[in-house]
Amino acid sequence: MNNNVLLYIGRFIILILVQVFILNHINFLGYLNPFIYIIFILLAPITIRKSVFFLLSFILGLTMDMFGDSGGVHAAACLIIAYTRPVVLRSVFGLSYEFQTVKLNTLGIGERLTYVTLLVFIHHLVLFSLEIFNFSHILLILKKTLFTSLFSIVVIMLILVLFRRKDS
Amino acid sequence: MQQIVNFLIRNKNFLLFLLLLSLSLLFTIQSHNYHKSKFVSSTNFLSGGVYGWRYSISSYFNLKQENERLLKENEHLRNLTHLYLKDTLENSRYIDTVSFTSPFTFIKANVYKNDYSKSDNYILINRGEKDGIQPDMAVITDQGIIGIVENTSTNYSRVISILHSESTINAGLQKSNQYGSLVWNGKDPNIVQLETIPRQAVLKKGDTIVTNGRSTIFPKGIGIGTISDYRLDQSQSYYLIDVTLFNDMTNIGFVYAIKSNDAEEIKKLENPNE
Repeated sequence: MNNNVLLYIGRFIILILVQVFILNHINFLGYLNPFIYIIFILLAPITIRKSVFFLLSFILGLTMDMFGDSGGVHAAACLIIAYTRPVVLRSVFGLSYEFQTVKLNTLGIGERLTYVTLLVFIHHLVLFSLEIFNFSHILLILKKTLFTSLFSIVVIMLILVLFRRKDS
Repeated sequence: MQQIVNFLIRNKNFLLFLLLLSLSLLFTIQSHNYHKSKFVSSTNFLSGGVYGWRYSISSYFNLKQENERLLKENEHLRNLTHLYLKDTLENSRYIDTVSFTSPFTFIKANVYKNDYSKSDNYILINRGEKDGIQPDMAVITDQGIIGIVENTSTNYSRVISILHSESTINAGLQKSNQYGSLVWNGKDPNIVQLETIPRQAVLKKGDTIVTNGRSTIFPKGIGIGTISDYRLDQSQSYYLIDVTLFNDMTNIGFVYAIKSNDAEEIKKLENPNE
């Protein structure tokens, strides 16, 4: 258990540093930056207490906001995917989630992709709606959401495959 | 009472979610209000320190380029001083040492963080209150304007880039006195828009746009860019002008913050009641 807590703390810090130092400066095609720090939320244990989970997601988002000077948009987006994660898990994994026997590391690639796609898309939609904050730019919001989501999903899937834990 | 407590306990997770969500929405809305986003900003010691650490590594990559720019600026300034020197020698003008303070003081700073891909972009610089930086000071490079200081801490300050949806700066044509306001439409980080230039103005592609010194923030005549395109707006009485910036906003190494020494006096004159 202790080992696991250390692992999560380490993951939290490393994800933020990688995001801030490297991925926020990619600017692929001028404006595309993948957001991979939500891997922390994607890989949080399913049995985690909800209140702790919300608080951690909020802090994660707020840290990103602090580094990116974006007010509270990352915090809000992270909270919303933390809140919707059980719903997504249930719709993707069905019964095995109800009995809490899902191991995120041992899933098939298809289920994993659906899970990641859904949460990344929700996160990016909230993020860009709040960041642009103007309904007359709705096309810009959708365009940014679509392309950045694609980019993020590819990078996140690569990271999940590359850093798969062997023991579980 | 018992029921209320029960209700709170039963829904504590949802209430926590609502609380945190409203907090983050509050921060978001504040960040969309000009000059209001004080709570969450990168000027604190943690993110400032981390960005400083990054800067200490990444600054090595551009040394050659920066050096070239500094040499160019030096060349320009040297030419200027010679012009003035010749002037003073020939006409034996004297410098009034009693009132020697110039209206503007320049403070050099390094850029720790620079955004340009979002719709509201900020720049973090490594000078703060300790070095005399205050909110509403202008920030420029050797080539042109960058933005306005918004938020300061002891060691760092945050600058609203001209690439910000709320940023408006007084600017005008170099060759005539017509002026308008400079805004950004969020599309291309090297092109900003100049609005409300009256139709009477004579424009040509390639004309230079400069600050016009009507606000107390920017001194007169600091370069902004050149006209790349212009058309009349819907009312047919004002021009909408696309301005290509002199600065490459995606690559800013060092900047100067400008302190206006007369700002207080001017403000007092304009608002005698305050």
